[in-house]
Amino acid sequence: MVLLASTRREADQQSLPLPVMLLVPLVALGLQSLITLHFPLFDVVDLPLLVTVYFAMTWRNPISATVAGALIGVAQDVLTQHPLGVFGIGKSVVGYLAASLGVRIDTENHGTRLLVVFISTLLHSGIFWLLQHRMLAQPLVWNWLREVIRAVVNALVALILFALLDKTKRRD
Amino acid sequence: MESFLSRYKNALVLVTVLLVQVLGLAVQVRRPASEGPEGKGVRLIRYWVMSLIAPPEHLLHMTGGGIRGLWSNYVDLIHVRRTNAKLQEQIDHLRIEEASLAEDARQGQRLQGMLGFRERYIYQTVPAQVIGVSGTEDSHVLIIDKGSKDGLKIDMPVITPDGIVGKTREVLAHSSQVLEISDATSGAGVILETTRIRGVLRGSSWGQPQIVNVSPDDRIKAGEKVITSGGDAIFPRGLPVGTVDRTVPDPDGTLMDILIHPAANLSRLEEVLVVTSMGDLVPGQTQIDIAESEAQKASDILAERLPSRADPNAPQVQGDDLADATAEGDVARPIRPPATLHPDVFTPGSTPSAADMTPGARLGHVLSGEGQPVPVRKTTPAAPASASSAVPAAVKKSAPAMPGAVSAAPQPVRPAEKAPQLVHDYSGATPPQYSHPAVRTPSTVAGPGTSRQATPHPPGQTASHLNPAAPRSATSAPAAGEHALPRTTVIVDGPDRSTQKRKPAPPAHAAPSAPPRPAGAGPQGRN
Repeated sequence: MVLLASTRREADQQSLPLPVMLLVPLVALGLQSLITLHFPLFDVVDLPLLVTVYFAMTWRNPISATVAGALIGVAQDVLTQHPLGVFGIGKSVVGYLAASLGVRIDTENHGTRLLVVFISTLLHSGIFWLLQHRMLAQPLVWNWLREVIRAVVNALVALILFALLDKTKRRD
Repeated sequence: MESFLSRYKNALVLVTVLLVQVLGLAVQVRRPASEGPEGKGVRLIRYWVMSLIAPPEHLLHMTGGGIRGLWSNYVDLIHVRRTNAKLQEQIDHLRIEEASLAEDARQGQRLQGMLGFRERYIYQTVPAQVIGVSGTEDSHVLIIDKGSKDGLKIDMPVITPDGIVGKTREVLAHSSQVLEISDATSGAGVILETTRIRGVLRGSSWGQPQIVNVSPDDRIKAGEKVITSGGDAIFPRGLPVGTVDRTVPDPDGTLMDILIHPAANLSRLEEVLVVTSMGDLVPGQTQIDIAESEAQKASDILAERLPSRADPNAPQVQGDDLADATAEGDVARPIRPPATLHPDVFTPGSTPSAADMTPGARLGHVLSGEGQPVPVRKTTPAAPASASSAVPAAVKKSAPAMPGAVSAAPQPVRPAEKAPQLVHDYSGATPPQYSHPAVRTPSTVAGPGTSRQATPHPPGQTASHLNPAAPRSATSAPAAGEHALPRTTVIVDGPDRSTQKRKPAPPAHAAPSAPPRPAGAGPQGRN
């Protein structure tokens, strides 16, 4: 199967420079905030989620991906009125699963990336709805069509974003 | 055990991270309201993350603003001249409207004061730029570039000229979060402008504010304006919120929700105003405006009702004099009577010169001077130092009635005029009599350059009684008790009295001269 890693190179752990690891999440949060200010429709895109998925698929280490997802999610919670942890929990789970999948699949394949991001977005929305609606009793309406559109848009944006981030990648 | 940990290390880390966050969520949600919305730890995390994100956002915003300004101010200037002309025309129209509205506003404020209606006025606002948003679909939070260093605090109302936006939620040193009214967790007290139905405005998950749990009412129509009620103790009363979009039944079925179209464009906010100070009193500047308006109105009324108050022969008040008088706080508008269509004997300037008059002769009309201020010299016994203390209240009230009389009411005084003086016969029960140099009345006015003593009249009579047809003035003794009034003698000098010698008064009528009048004693002294 073409999506699975067939060579050792495709399954190798890769790393990113430290400045990139520190700056990219912050830039993602800032851009998400700034672009949505001028283009309100941009809120369907979740740049912090895409960065989390990218880090997880690049590192292929579930522990690092879980912690990174938690930190990025909590930072995103800060910008909202939510209690801290709503986005943190969702991104922790997504990071863990993406890293676990990254060990077995070819993470540089565009099809794989589309599929992983699509599923990750749906999963993240599901966890968010569960926490907000069930645990925090906030009025939230689940709309399948909207969520699928969100997932598709995020997957398409991820293709471009991941290609840009690949240029900063450092192979061990 | 060790093999278990190493085998399920990844899963255990995930479970631990999730558990910590779920516990943190539970602690935040179950925090008592008395301890505030968030604990210190949570606020600290928010503070640090916001401190990391806000400066770059601010920088990006400034850079974008600079590029936009460069384009719009130096490149994209086509049609600017035409637009400028149109705007100038609009300004002219708006100035006229503004003058009218300002008068209405002042009148409204006066009426509110009369009714004891106290409104929370907005004293001070801080303009702020929106530098970011939460970036998520379900969270309607703005980030602005002003913080506690600019005087912002939590729960301050945030508005635009179009309507309310929300309230401050988190305040850092140089940035703040604003919770919009469209957020599901926000709330505000509102009232429908026409039907006066009160309700609570809440946001929704899809971003449209709504008034929840309202009793069904057929009068509620789409397009009705919604304003703040002031009941939430955050937003001042009367600010626009939006208009009614439509009504939908409540999920329970018994009540209904009113969907609101916000007045402020919440999706395109660039600048907002944070209300940092409110109060129950009218602001100081407004009080000054009201006082000025009322003073202006009082002078207008006086000019209408007391035309004889003006001396047509008084010297022209120049612009500098007027400016000085205004600077001193007096409303010193030159009052000019309208031109006389049919002159008669009372028309200023149509009377013969005083030099032609014979003292004691029966005069058919009032003699008028040349307009120079004519001080009144008293020949009455010594008066107290303060003339104002000797004025009975009844006289004050009875004075300003007839045209030609000197008003005892507060009057604007030109600087060029001399103050009216009190002529009082302290020898008996004669009411005090007022004389104003600029107002020529039958009993007080003589020709210029003359130094004469008033003709001794029978007790209780003054010069005005020589002409029965002449109107009685305030200088006239009252009708009641006239027979008992002692003699009052008034001597009026012209402007050049320093060069003339005054005839000594006959011993029978002469009275010791009054003590020197204190400087500045005039109408103000009487009132």
